[in-house]
Amino acid sequence: MLKRVHFPTSALPYLLVAPQILITLVFFIWPASQAMYQSFLIEDAFGLGTEFVWFENFQILATDNHYLASFQRTAVFSLLVAALSMGFALILAGFAQRVVRGAMFYRTLLIWPYAVAPVLAGALWVFMFNPTLGIFPYFLEFAGITWNHYLSGNQAMALVILAAAWKQVAYNFLFYLAAMQSIPNSVIEAAAIDGAGPARRFWTIIFPLISPTTFFLLVINMVYAFFETFGIIHAVTQGGPGTSTTILVYKVFNDGFVGLDLGGSAAQSVVLMVLVIAMTVVQFRFVERKVAY
Amino acid sequence: MADIQLKDLVKSYGPTEVLHHIEGDIKDGEFIVIVGPSGCGKSTLLRMVAGLETVTSGEIAIGGRRVNELEPSARDIAMVFQNYALYPHMSVRQNMAYGLKIRKLPKDEINRRVEEAAEILEIKQYLDRKPRQLSGGQRQRVAMGRAIVRDPQVFLFDEPLSNLDAKLRVQMRLEIRKLQQRLGVTSIYVTHDQVEAMTLGDRLMVLNGGYVEQFGTPIELYDRPASMFVAGFIGSPAMNFLPTEISAGHATLPGGGLLPVASSYSGAATLGLRPEHLNEDENGPIAIEIDMLEQLGANTLIHGRLHGTGHSITASVPGHANDGIGSIRRFSAAAELTHLFDTGSGKRLDI
Repeated sequence: MLKRVHFPTSALPYLLVAPQILITLVFFIWPASQAMYQSFLIEDAFGLGTEFVWFENFQILATDNHYLASFQRTAVFSLLVAALSMGFALILAGFAQRVVRGAMFYRTLLIWPYAVAPVLAGALWVFMFNPTLGIFPYFLEFAGITWNHYLSGNQAMALVILAAAWKQVAYNFLFYLAAMQSIPNSVIEAAAIDGAGPARRFWTIIFPLISPTTFFLLVINMVYAFFETFGIIHAVTQGGPGTSTTILVYKVFNDGFVGLDLGGSAAQSVVLMVLVIAMTVVQFRFVERKVAY
Repeated sequence: MADIQLKDLVKSYGPTEVLHHIEGDIKDGEFIVIVGPSGCGKSTLLRMVAGLETVTSGEIAIGGRRVNELEPSARDIAMVFQNYALYPHMSVRQNMAYGLKIRKLPKDEINRRVEEAAEILEIKQYLDRKPRQLSGGQRQRVAMGRAIVRDPQVFLFDEPLSNLDAKLRVQMRLEIRKLQQRLGVTSIYVTHDQVEAMTLGDRLMVLNGGYVEQFGTPIELYDRPASMFVAGFIGSPAMNFLPTEISAGHATLPGGGLLPVASSYSGAATLGLRPEHLNEDENGPIAIEIDMLEQLGANTLIHGRLHGTGHSITASVPGHANDGIGSIRRFSAAAELTHLFDTGSGKRLDI
């Protein structure tokens, strides 16, 4: 009798979770399984015939130098984006904590870039760095640097890294600020009395105490750089010049929708999917454990 | 080791003045307790001495040196916080060694001092644990250890025992006192607990609403409270206050009783009587109509009203009592144990 009171059988809970399950199925599970299926197929260029080839697409990828180069490029890109945006956010959060007057205003301004759509962010940076019209190439000229990201692969890479990092700073800033504010004030004061200056307090007390946040953000930022920077790259460089800014997610698009190699493109997206699953596992495994210092 | 001078100290937050012209002379090696109710400014005062709050005007001098503008680290002080403020990511040993490392002491000297402090505080077996693996009392010891190893001129305690349970609090109170006597370091201790204040302090500074009500030894405060606030705050159960008319060395109580007082004052005044100074006397002028008995074993607290009036009054009698509610007991009080206060200002009348 008691059991019935505590766990009444009813359709209501299932009804309440149904929309979420439906969305997951339609927008995540179904496309993912489609990609998986497609990665086992090779299609002819006109889309007239398909052949089931098991892992041939993956075998081709493993020996494709372009693909491996893109892999390397992505690693550099995402590490730099994560390092740059997290480092900058950390500095901003450190100072934001010390701001007394106008703190709300300052923080609100810092959060704005997060609300900018990736393509728009890319467009902003394209204008600012346009070799003929942009303000930055004009200034760089004085420093003796000729800026043209349409010609220089390294400059193009630097630009997409900057744009991608800039957009993520706001997000990282929020997390760092929250983490710093959760450190009891008296701990910082105790360190001050113990003789530690602001820089030392930061590196020996604050930074170790927010390390769980740093780890969490590292994973989030890597995932961001891997997957969510498509818009920025598409707007800024279209993966060029040559393939110098073609990171994995852009290559999926390029090979699939421009090169019409649907099978190879699907195989690449399956590889990406495995990567993101791996990162998520790492995050859940280690972040949760590291939280308790 | 050093003396501390507080000269005309004022603290304001914007237009609001929270500490008003604090004066205090603390001698080398003295244990001073700042006591007062919540919001009286006692923690602010301590934090000003520590350098965690700015001084609006006036001067703080430690060892004859003005420290107003000095960073906390330059004042040669150590502080024990209410929530201990241990560094959670460091072991007990690292916690205690942190300040020494910053001062670039040689490694073996750091080790020696940490071991020594751990020995004194009996936390040697916990040196390699993290703070979260310790109980409240052990964390408290580590916080003290962190202060001791620094060998500072001044110890500051900000309600260090308020997070402990009652039994542990009594034990740690004694240990802090013993430790301070052994080390002989000038200490300032903030608390809202008057028992803690009485047992720990060489001298007590009673703060109320940002004013120093009285600064003296516990016995001075008990015997000759400077104001009604001090009189009511120090001593347990609290002092009784009755409005009276004084003339010719006698106080006329509400309800008509005549009680001799040791004063030549004449006019209206508030009479203060400690419950433990009321003596049972069949012909006494103080008649208490009993409302409630509080049996404490060794003595009994009689709560009631002055017979025929609405003035509540408490008396403490030795041993047990089993009087019925509504019955009457009569008391008298020795003239030299009565206190008179100005009804308006609450200040002590000493004439």
